[in-house]
Amino acid sequence: MKCLRVRYTKRGKIRFIGHRDVARIWERTLRKANIPVLYSQGFSPHPRISFGLALPTGFESEAEYVDIYLGAEFFTEGFDAILIQQEIDRALPTGMNALAVGIVSTSEDSLQEAVDSCVWEVRVSGVCVEEFKKIRNDLFSSESLNIERERKGKLLVEDVRFQVHSMDIAEEHADGVTILTELGTKPRVLRPTDLLKRINSELRTVRVLRKEQLTLQGNHRIEPLSVELNPAAPAEVLA
Amino acid sequence: MSSLWNELEQFLDDVEKPARYIGGEDGMIAPEHSPEKASWLLIYPDTYEIGLPNQGLQILYEILNERDDSTAERSYAPWVDMSREMRKRKIPLFSVDTHRAAGEFDILAFNLSAELVYTNLLECLDLSDVPLYSKERNAKHPIVIAGGHCTYNPEPVADFIDLAVLGDGEEVVGEISEIFSHWKSKPEKELDRSELLKELAELPGVYIPSLYEATFSNGRLVSISPKLQENIANVVEKRTISDLGAWPYPKNQLVPLTEVVHDRLNVEIFRGCTRGCRFCQAGMITRPVRERPREQIVSMVEKGLKRTGYDEVSLTSLSSADFSGIENVISEVMTQDSCSPVSVSLPSLRVDAFTVDTASQMQQARKTGLTFAPEAGTWRLRQVINKLISDDDLFAAVESAYSQGWRRVKLYFLIGLPTETDEDTLGIVDLAEKTLEIGRKYHKNPSVTVSVGGFVPKPGTPFQWFGQNTEQELLRKIYLLRDAAKKIKGLKLKWHDSRATVVEGILSRGDRRLAPVLEKVWKEGGVFQEWSEHFNIDLWKNAMQQEGLSIEDFSYRHREQGEVLPWDHLSAGLHKDFLWQDWRDALNNQGLEDCRWTPCYDCGACTGYGIEHVVASAVPPAGGSQGTGVAALQSSETMVLISQTGTANNLQTSGVNE
Repeated sequence: MKCLRVRYTKRGKIRFIGHRDVARIWERTLRKANIPVLYSQGFSPHPRISFGLALPTGFESEAEYVDIYLGAEFFTEGFDAILIQQEIDRALPTGMNALAVGIVSTSEDSLQEAVDSCVWEVRVSGVCVEEFKKIRNDLFSSESLNIERERKGKLLVEDVRFQVHSMDIAEEHADGVTILTELGTKPRVLRPTDLLKRINSELRTVRVLRKEQLTLQGNHRIEPLSVELNPAAPAEVLA
Repeated sequence: MSSLWNELEQFLDDVEKPARYIGGEDGMIAPEHSPEKASWLLIYPDTYEIGLPNQGLQILYEILNERDDSTAERSYAPWVDMSREMRKRKIPLFSVDTHRAAGEFDILAFNLSAELVYTNLLECLDLSDVPLYSKERNAKHPIVIAGGHCTYNPEPVADFIDLAVLGDGEEVVGEISEIFSHWKSKPEKELDRSELLKELAELPGVYIPSLYEATFSNGRLVSISPKLQENIANVVEKRTISDLGAWPYPKNQLVPLTEVVHDRLNVEIFRGCTRGCRFCQAGMITRPVRERPREQIVSMVEKGLKRTGYDEVSLTSLSSADFSGIENVISEVMTQDSCSPVSVSLPSLRVDAFTVDTASQMQQARKTGLTFAPEAGTWRLRQVINKLISDDDLFAAVESAYSQGWRRVKLYFLIGLPTETDEDTLGIVDLAEKTLEIGRKYHKNPSVTVSVGGFVPKPGTPFQWFGQNTEQELLRKIYLLRDAAKKIKGLKLKWHDSRATVVEGILSRGDRRLAPVLEKVWKEGGVFQEWSEHFNIDLWKNAMQQEGLSIEDFSYRHREQGEVLPWDHLSAGLHKDFLWQDWRDALNNQGLEDCRWTPCYDCGACTGYGIEHVVASAVPPAGGSQGTGVAALQSSETMVLISQTGTANNLQTSGVNE
C-alpha cells in the first residue's frame, strides 16, 4: 500500500497553534483540495493521516511531514505530484505551505519511528559571539551532559551529550547569535530550548525553526523528502 | 494605527492557548482603514473559543467591511493569564485581525448574549484604556455600543455603554456608520459627543441610556423616561429585518485555526420562533418567524462546505425541525457531491419521533448522544410554560432513538418554574426512569443523563413578573432530585450551580442601581463569572450589601401588574397586556398554540411593525404535535424518512403510527 507524503512549513503567527490544531487543519485541507483520503473503520471514522515528530507550540518549521493514506487508484490514474502539491498548498492556511510531495510505501517505518535527528535554527540572545563560542567549545569537549527530564511524572536524569551532533554559528548579531544545531531524537527528542537552558541559564532563545528532520539510511542521515527535487514558491508569510 | 504584534509575540509562548490571540482564520478580512471610515471593533466579551463562532458578530463583521464608510475587526476577552501579562507590559486590548489597540477604533461594539459576562465588559473597557463610565468619555474616546439579547434590559450596564441596539443588527449598523463617518469628517474642535449621540438616538432601534432618566422612590423604580427637553422616543422599538433571504450572511464563515465551540459550518435557516414557550426570551423577542429561501440554504451549505473543508453543517434556528419541509432540505444537503461523508445537525431537536428519525439519517456516523428538552416533569407544568409536549411524545421520541442505535439520551429540564410543586420536580425523575425502561427493550445498559438548570425569569417574556426561586429553594429541589435519582441504575443527574442562577437573576431584571455593584465585583477580580472556576458568589453578595441592595428585592419578589419595570421603555413589539394575559393563562395551566399555523393572537410583534411570518408552508410540520393543534399519535399524516446508502438517496414514505 502506498501513501502520499507531504513536506510542509509552519511559519509566522500560525506557529502558536498546537499539534491537534494542525491535525484538524489537515483534515479540512484534504477535503478542500479534494484528496480522497481513506477513512478508518469503526464507531467514529476519521481520515487516515499520520504525522512526523510533533513540533512544540511556538516553534517554526520548514520540515513538517504528513503521510496521507489513499487508495491505489489515486496513484495510477494520471498522478501528477506537482498539481497535487499546488492544490494542497492553496488549501492550507497562511504560514503553512506544501513544499514537496512524494509517494512512500506504507511498509516503511512510520515517520515518527524513522526520524533520527532534527536540524534546528535557533536565534539566541543575551550572549556575545565570543561567549557563545566558548559555551559551544566547552560542550563539545565534555564527555557527558546530564539533563533532568520529567517522564511519566518521574524526574529522570539522562545523559544527552551523544544526541548533540553539531552546533554552529550561522549568523552573528549585536545581541546574540543564530545557530544551526543537529540534535538526535532517540531515545527521546532533545529540544534545542532545553539543551541551551541546560548549558547556560543566561541564554535566551528568541525564535526556533526546524530546518530538517533526518532519517537514517545506512550511515547517512537524509531528508524524507528533499525540497530541491520539487520546489514550491512559498506564499508570503505574515509576521 | 499600528500593530502590537511584535510586542505580543514575545510572550505568547508563556500564556495558555496562545492561538486565541493570533487571528489568521480562513475568512478573515484585511481591513482597509482610512480616516473617513467609521472603524468598528466587534468584541465578544468571553474567550475566543466561545466568541469566535458567534454568528451575529460574524454577520456584522462582513456587512461592515463590505460598506464604503466602515471597517470592522474583532476582539475577544483575554483569559486571566493574558490580561495579567498585558497589564504588566502596558499592552492594551487589541484586535485579532491586525493586532491594533482597541483605543484606536471609533466604535467598540460588544455582543452581550448572557448577563454573567457584564464584568468582562468592564474588563475589556479598562484594558482598552477607555473610561468605564459613559459620562467620563470625551470626543477622543470610542463610542461604546452593546447589542445582543441582553439589550432588552441593558439597565445594569446603562452607565457604562453609550448606546444599545435592540433587535436585528444587519441594517442599523450601516445607519450608525453613516452618521458616525459624517460626524467624524467635521473639524476636530467641533466634534461634540453629545450631539452625535442625540443624532444616533433618532435611529429606530437605537437606545441611548444617558438621554433617559430613571427615578426611584422608596427603593423602587417609579419611572424611566426621556430627560426633559430631549425630543426622543418614549419607547425604543427593536429592529427587525423582514426578509432573511436579503441577508445571506455570513458569506465566508470564519474557520478558526484552533478548536472552538460549534466548530462546523453553521447556516441559519430561519430567525424567530412562535412556539411560545413562556420561559424562553429568545422565542419572544425574535418574532416573527422568517424562513430563509430553501434554494439559498442549499447554496450556502454547498459553497460553505467547499470553501471551509468542514464535514459537518448545522442548520441553525430556535427550532430547526419546524422549518417548512426540513426533510427535503436535509436530503438535498446530504446529496452534495463530496468525497467524504457530510453530517448535518439540528441544534434544537423537537421532542418527537419524527425528529429522531430525521436525526438518525443525518448523523450516520456519530450516534454519540441525543438531547431532548421537555423542560418540565409533568404535563400540567408543561402547559404552564407552554412547552406542549405530551409524555407520549417524549416516549415515542426515546423509543425511536434507542431502537435506532442510540444508547445515551440526555434530557434537559428547568427547575424553579412558576407554580412548580414537588410532584412536578419529582416528575423529572419519573420521566427519566420510564425513558430507561424503554431503553432496556433495546440495550443492556442504556443511560439517561438528566441536566437541570435553575429558571431565571427574563425581560420581555410572560414570566417577567415571576419571583425567582431562592438559592435555598433551588438547592432543596436539587437534593430532592438527587435522592430520588440515586436508586435508579443508568440515571445520571447533573445540575447547574444555583448560586450562579441567583446572580443571573439579579442582572437579568436589574436596573441602573447595579452599576456600582458590577464595578465592585470587577474591581475585586470577578471576571469570567460564567466560568465555574472563576465564579464567586461572595463578591456579588458583598457588593449588593455594600450598595444597600437586596437580592430578595431584585430576584425573589413577584412583580405586580402596575409596577414599572426597568425595561418598560424598550420594546420587542410584544404588547405588555398580551404578556400579562399570557402570564395569567400560564397560572391557569392554559397552553397557547403556535400562531404560525393558527390564527393571530395579536401579540404585537407582526402587527406593530407591519411585518408577517415568512414561512414556505402554512401546514404544521409532519409529526410535530406540540402546539400545532395536531396530536401526532392520532394523525394520519405521512412521514418522510430519509436514508442514504453510499451516495444514492432513497426517499421512502411510511406511515407514522407506530
